[in-house]
Amino acid sequence: MSATESAQKIQAKFGDLVSAPSEFRGEISVRLADAEKIFDVCSFAKTQLGFDYLVDISSVDQYGEDPRWTVVYHLRGLGHGQELRVSTQVSEEKSELPSVFAVWRTANWHEREIYDMMGIRFTGHPDLRRILMWEGYPYFPLRKDFPLAGKPTDLPGVAFTQPAPLEGGPFVTVAGGKDSIDREPRVRNPET
Amino acid sequence: MAHVQDIEIRDSAARTALAADELQDAQGEKMVLNMGPSHPATHGVLRIVLELDGEVITKADPDIGYLHRGDEKIAENMTYTQFIPYTDRLDYLAPLASNVAYALAVEKLLGIHDKLPPRCQYIRVMCCELARISAHLLGLGAFAMDTGAVTVFLLTFTEREKIYDLAEAASGARLTTSYTRIGGLARDVPPTWCDQVRKFLQEFEVSLAESETLLTRNRIWVDRLRDLGVISKEMAIDYALSGPNLRGSGVEYDLRKAQPYLCYKDLQFDVPVGSVGDCYDRYLVRMEEMRQSMRILYQCLEKIPGGGANAAKEPVCIPDGKITLPSKLKVLSSMEELIHQFMLVTEGVNCPPGEIYFGHENPKGELGFYIHSKGGGTPYRMKIRAPSFVNLSILGELLPGCMISDVPVVLGSLDFVMGESDR
Amino acid sequence: MPTQSEYAYDSKIEGDIIVTRVDAALNWFRANSVWPMPMGLACCAIELMASGASRFDISRFGSEVMRFSPRQSDCMIVAGTVTYKMATCVKRIYDQMAEPKWVIAMGACASTGGMYRSYAVLQGVDHIIPVDVYVSGCPPRPEAVLDALMKLQGKIRTQPVLQNLNVVKSLAGTNQS
Repeated sequence: MSATESAQKIQAKFGDLVSAPSEFRGEISVRLADAEKIFDVCSFAKTQLGFDYLVDISSVDQYGEDPRWTVVYHLRGLGHGQELRVSTQVSEEKSELPSVFAVWRTANWHEREIYDMMGIRFTGHPDLRRILMWEGYPYFPLRKDFPLAGKPTDLPGVAFTQPAPLEGGPFVTVAGGKDSIDREPRVRNPET
Repeated sequence: MAHVQDIEIRDSAARTALAADELQDAQGEKMVLNMGPSHPATHGVLRIVLELDGEVITKADPDIGYLHRGDEKIAENMTYTQFIPYTDRLDYLAPLASNVAYALAVEKLLGIHDKLPPRCQYIRVMCCELARISAHLLGLGAFAMDTGAVTVFLLTFTEREKIYDLAEAASGARLTTSYTRIGGLARDVPPTWCDQVRKFLQEFEVSLAESETLLTRNRIWVDRLRDLGVISKEMAIDYALSGPNLRGSGVEYDLRKAQPYLCYKDLQFDVPVGSVGDCYDRYLVRMEEMRQSMRILYQCLEKIPGGGANAAKEPVCIPDGKITLPSKLKVLSSMEELIHQFMLVTEGVNCPPGEIYFGHENPKGELGFYIHSKGGGTPYRMKIRAPSFVNLSILGELLPGCMISDVPVVLGSLDFVMGESDR
Repeated sequence: MPTQSEYAYDSKIEGDIIVTRVDAALNWFRANSVWPMPMGLACCAIELMASGASRFDISRFGSEVMRFSPRQSDCMIVAGTVTYKMATCVKRIYDQMAEPKWVIAMGACASTGGMYRSYAVLQGVDHIIPVDVYVSGCPPRPEAVLDALMKLQGKIRTQPVLQNLNVVKSLAGTNQS
């Protein structure tokens, strides 16, 4: 049974919520339309399809699009060696989806990191607090509207931050310009 | 007349348990001990908040993030080639392996990771295995030093200096090599490099045997490590451990065998697997992995295309001007190469839109890169799946029940590195 | 046989005694036994360990005992990236060190933030503690660390000892760290 067949079984069980499996560079991905069902999809994948290993949970900030957050789950079955990617989307007003901690305990720290960096909350998580930044840090650093240099904060006794000297911002090329003048590395100011 | 009284000394675990029982009614308070970020035995800046009942740990809460440098946000603002030095500093004990992992991830996005020139593949495999030996040696040395066996630390560091010499000959730097490029390597190895590797392996065999006689059958070492920090198979899979931590618990899963990349298909090697899942098993798995790495290196030295000195001038980079920098002579004389050079340096390697995940068997575990690209030379989002980050999450379940003096042993056997864990 | 010169001494009468100034003697003691407090944070810590291992051997300079206790050490070698989260710890440990104390900022990250110009990295440890020697490199070779130690020893040898007594008096007076 290949990963495509596993994806089709998920599609069979959950119907319209799950897209048809797409392939890119040998990897199979499915999209889940309703983020609330992620717990059911993941526990089905683990118990019925043998995906007992959660490799990674990532989050992507699709700045300017609605829904803004994409949360990507990488599943793997050690027994059959298949890999599957399940991605789901969450809108910015909601910024919440169920935690899969009860399916794989490794999701604990991954979800804490996503909360810390992007600000997406996970309902049902036993201990959702910041993991890489300190408690009380007011921003979510990996969002696209947060500058790389950072913003000044001060939490006396715990930590302070100052903006890093980037002289106007990182000079980065922008993809998709018509000609090389558009694509030239320029200052990319954050969108605030 | 003198009164003789017999003193009965039971073993320490029984005594602790008895004391805990007796004290339960006497004082109901537990002590909170902060094993702070600056600590000799926490292998980097890790803070563990321990709740103690006497000497026994009842709760452990690891606090990480003291080395969080914002690598993922930096990656969104750099071209793919500009990010290579940051990958050195992820797992700074084995920078060559992290370089290879990142290069393979971007090459998978481009679709060329199985089309690399064979000499490049063999050199990358040799670099990975040298990095594996180097990382295991330091993990072992620091582990032994924390438990008191300081001689092993000095022995392993002497061997690591030889690996540093090899890395310096190949890439120019001892520690932060930045050796791979997208589509190949920065430069070919010098002509005498393979002979130096062979010489190193002969000396390393002797030194490894010496470290083994000092530790493996050492009564104190075995007593301290046996039956401590037992991770069962189910727990290891549930917590998504990888590398020697997973294999020490009996799960035979190695990415070099399960999803072969580079030229590992053509090489013969075994994957050591533990049985019990305690600290001693993980230590034995790491020692045997070093031996298997030596075996791989000998095979590579035999099979490398072009031989040691590359008299046949085999390429080490994909000869595609849109991916690899052209040679400088051509750049300064020919228009097409000049344009390629300009595009590659200012805009970076133009990758197609899409998302990939690539997992690589690093010494610490599975280092994975999830790259979400919207086209162009910079990634839209790069997530680094760090093995140490995932391995550390098990501490909250592993430490309760141990005593304080067991904490350095458990931490050393998990062999994590904070640069990777916090990114 | 007693000598006539007033600068020489007769070892048969006075024993093995050298007459010198307090400053020179105390500075000689201090310079040749700088006990480092390794604030090993990131990759530079590995090169610091390498400089303590047998090939580069920092103990020839008197710095063998890498005391992890700040109260027992003289020089804090900040090796690695100092993040904002770690900054308060570094400052607290620096405050716990006893006078006289020195700081070596090892590597690019400790000197100026290095290549990590981001929201989470302190751009140089000299924002929070006074640094005596900066070592460049990413990571600096162990030879560079030893060179920094030698420069620090040179600085210590020329330091007037009585200055520290004035510092103590002013600390007591103004109550300022």
